[in-house]
Amino acid sequence: MNEFCFNTKVDQTLLLGRTAKNIPELLAGVKVVPESSIYYHTHRYLQQHHFLSPEPPNDFAYWITEVLNDARLGESISSVDIIQFRTLEELRSRFIEILSDDAGHRRGAPSAPEGQEFHFMASRTFVVRTPHVARTLEEFKEVLKRLSVNSLYYHIFDAKLRLEKGENDFSRWFRDLGKTELAERVARLDPYTFTLEGLRSQIIRLVDLYGTD
Amino acid sequence: MVRIEDYAPIVGQATVDELYLLADRLGGKLVQHINSTAVGGGVAEILTRMIPLLTQLGVHARWDVIKGDEKFFTITKKFHNGLHGVPVKVAKDEYDAFLEVNRENASTMDFGDIVFVHDPQPVALIERRKDLGRNWIWRCHIDFSKPNPEIWKFLQQFIEQYDTAVFSAPAFARKLGIPQVLISPSIDPLSEKNKDLPEDVIDSVFSRFGIDRSRPVITQISRFDYLKDPLGVIKAYKLAKRHADLQLVLAGGGATDDPEGPVIMQQVKEEADKDKDIFVLFLPPASDFEINALQRGSTVVLQKSLKEGFGLTVSEALWKGKPTIASAVGGIPLQIAHKYSGILTHSIDGTAYWIKQLIHEPQYAQRLGANGREHIKNNFLITRHIKDYLLLFLSLFRQEDIVYL
Repeated sequence: MNEFCFNTKVDQTLLLGRTAKNIPELLAGVKVVPESSIYYHTHRYLQQHHFLSPEPPNDFAYWITEVLNDARLGESISSVDIIQFRTLEELRSRFIEILSDDAGHRRGAPSAPEGQEFHFMASRTFVVRTPHVARTLEEFKEVLKRLSVNSLYYHIFDAKLRLEKGENDFSRWFRDLGKTELAERVARLDPYTFTLEGLRSQIIRLVDLYGTD
Repeated sequence: MVRIEDYAPIVGQATVDELYLLADRLGGKLVQHINSTAVGGGVAEILTRMIPLLTQLGVHARWDVIKGDEKFFTITKKFHNGLHGVPVKVAKDEYDAFLEVNRENASTMDFGDIVFVHDPQPVALIERRKDLGRNWIWRCHIDFSKPNPEIWKFLQQFIEQYDTAVFSAPAFARKLGIPQVLISPSIDPLSEKNKDLPEDVIDSVFSRFGIDRSRPVITQISRFDYLKDPLGVIKAYKLAKRHADLQLVLAGGGATDDPEGPVIMQQVKEEADKDKDIFVLFLPPASDFEINALQRGSTVVLQKSLKEGFGLTVSEALWKGKPTIASAVGGIPLQIAHKYSGILTHSIDGTAYWIKQLIHEPQYAQRLGANGREHIKNNFLITRHIKDYLLLFLSLFRQEDIVYL
């Protein structure tokens, strides 16, 4: 039987002991830190501030804008469309491209005030199977309504970019059920522009609209 | 006794369920916490609340306290000050005495499967590792951003023998040969200091201190010590008061190890004597209820520290939905995203500017407070702290980036 087993995930935050106080140092760090660090700095706000809409941008953009006071570069970094990237390496390359381009045009390198340096961190993710299983779309919807945001987050964000499955777990299952339209609609959502609660409601709405035979 | 289920209405049943799932994966390992004091101080406070909750989750948890004489604690106080950047000199015989006390304790102590050592005082217990094995974690609760290099070098030789080191803020991370984990401290929403209070109870505390709740009140709760900058708070208040009707409450403990403490306290008193709208409240240690009421009844809460370990008073204020203005030091930037969940400032002028803004724009201030409360709910309550500890224990046995439990 084709059933959907819900997982949840919890993250441990690792301190890498590496800091940057200006753009060249940030660029140097972005080039060498592990993928899990790129993931952490582009997804932390989303997970920690999932009630805010629109949520603050990624850590790099926040630091460049708020600490280095460089609104133009901050905007370039914050508008990188994460949903377009299939792997974290591709995403890293895009950041390197923008930061290198900027470093090339820059005369001086403004520095962060003492105590406000950028600290590189990374995520270790622990995935745990929950007791929740759905065999039908109706059951799926019922579980989704009371699922933790961590679980929602795992199946939507981690599945696609961190685990490099190409698309989110829900769409894959819908496809297996023969619900191609529903799968496409959910895959086409840009989850980065919703709060997690907003995303949950949106998926439930799509199941209602496109889940029936 | 508080039950783990009591947190479900606050953080959601799913969050509590996740704690059970993680605790189950520990498979009955004995987790032993070791620190240097059973009462007083933040570490003892959090362990007192956390151990019963871990036990309810099915974790085999124990807490031991090392024994030391007065000389030992004088030396560790020196370490503490030195690690905070105060110039101190530790003599060779003091390092030796420190090690001697650690060795005595290590020789008489029974160790668990996971030995979780808190702060520098018991750090050298790790010497037992070579004959005992076990998994060892060292947790630093203090500001480590600019430690005295000599004391750091001494401690580092022990720290690097642990499996993992844990720090409270990113700025405290060091260049170490072992993994470093970020675990922020937390507040307990069911404690006396943070539980909900009815309005009439808050009113009664304010009237007891003679503070008028019908006019705006800005409050800083902290020790009267140089690093909390109470004089800077008064200056910011005076600047803001030129354009806003304000009262200022400075409340906290008076006792301090800071040699400049008495001088600061005298200056604060002198300033307060000149202005009937400044209330300086020297609160005794068991004043959690009063602190709770003062935070809840304030219009804006300040934390204008020059240096902070983590600055949990910020979480306390945000949890109460209070618009909060705080310095961007220590762990405070983790608690406040500027202009989203509070205000981060760097100067007296900046603090004064934002006091006026928040007093004059109550709707904006309210939104900051509401976002702040949500942020604390998701990231700085004791349930998140328990989750981080469970992950920390589990991570000792797995090395992958993505771990399937």
